[in-house]
Amino acid sequence: MTRRLILLLPLIGFLVLSVFLYQGLSLNPFHRDSALMARDFPAFNKETLKDPEQRVDESLFLGQVTLVNVWGEWCPECKREMPQLLDLADRGIRLVGISYKDTREKGMGFLQDFGDPFEVNIFDPEGDLSFELGVYGAPETFLVDREGIIRYHHTGYISPEDIRKHILPEVGKWQ
Amino acid sequence: MAVIRLTLTGFLLLLMAGMVHAGAIEVREFDDPVMEQRYRSLTASLRCPTCENQAINDSDAPVSRDMRDRVYEMLMADRADMEIRDHMVERFGNYVLYNPRLEGRTYLLWGLPAGLVVLGGILVVLVVRARRNASARALSVEERARLDALINRGRTP
Repeated sequence: MTRRLILLLPLIGFLVLSVFLYQGLSLNPFHRDSALMARDFPAFNKETLKDPEQRVDESLFLGQVTLVNVWGEWCPECKREMPQLLDLADRGIRLVGISYKDTREKGMGFLQDFGDPFEVNIFDPEGDLSFELGVYGAPETFLVDREGIIRYHHTGYISPEDIRKHILPEVGKWQ
Repeated sequence: MAVIRLTLTGFLLLLMAGMVHAGAIEVREFDDPVMEQRYRSLTASLRCPTCENQAINDSDAPVSRDMRDRVYEMLMADRADMEIRDHMVERFGNYVLYNPRLEGRTYLLWGLPAGLVVLGGILVVLVVRARRNASARALSVEERARLDALINRGRTP
């Protein structure tokens, strides 16, 4: 009897491995959780996009749940994403933008053309703040809780479906 | 003839494409060959976060350029290779390492090959031992004696 069971072991091993590998097929290879998950938003001190005289730092995120959206005028997906961001702002969610590797003129032009859902935009022309955030492309969106801790990370374009399925539930969780 | 010319043209085009590609990645000057070696091996061991499996020394992606810049800056600031790798992992996650580290989630990755080799070894030992026992058990003393008698019968006239 035990001999039989031993003979079955390779088959069982094969089945377990198959299930494991099969699950891998449905994973999105582009989706990776941010390395900064559950960590403080990196410290910074930057000018705003609109006003070089005005500076903001990480205290910007204290006291309110904030969606931080990294965008650039050069990024076509960011344009496609704009209606969804405006929708989120309409729902009363606070949005802060990071103007990633743009000039002021281009960034301002973008907001004029596509709308401005952001309470404020952090000006990051060299992309050094975005580098600290581990941003590897735009758009990327971070959810920062009222203590300034990163709680959720969305890479790439936010679709209307993403809002329903991911963004709103996550915002609700931390509010 | 036409075939040769076509092949040659193709070859030349390939060569040019290669040169264009190489030109997209900046050349850095190092006074110290050790530094240069470290820069090369670091940028070859870090994976570009946006590309499908390309090291940052071989990728035109903007984030790869930023990462190369950071590697260079940190090397010039006398930081250790380990620190530079940690710096990237802190920001971009374990994904950027081609050689995953031994930790909680990678035990299976590191342990499975070794485990399988050990398991295979145990299996071989078991099989060999089982065979030896089987052949020893195959004939009892009486059977052995009878066999010997049968073999020897033909020899002794």
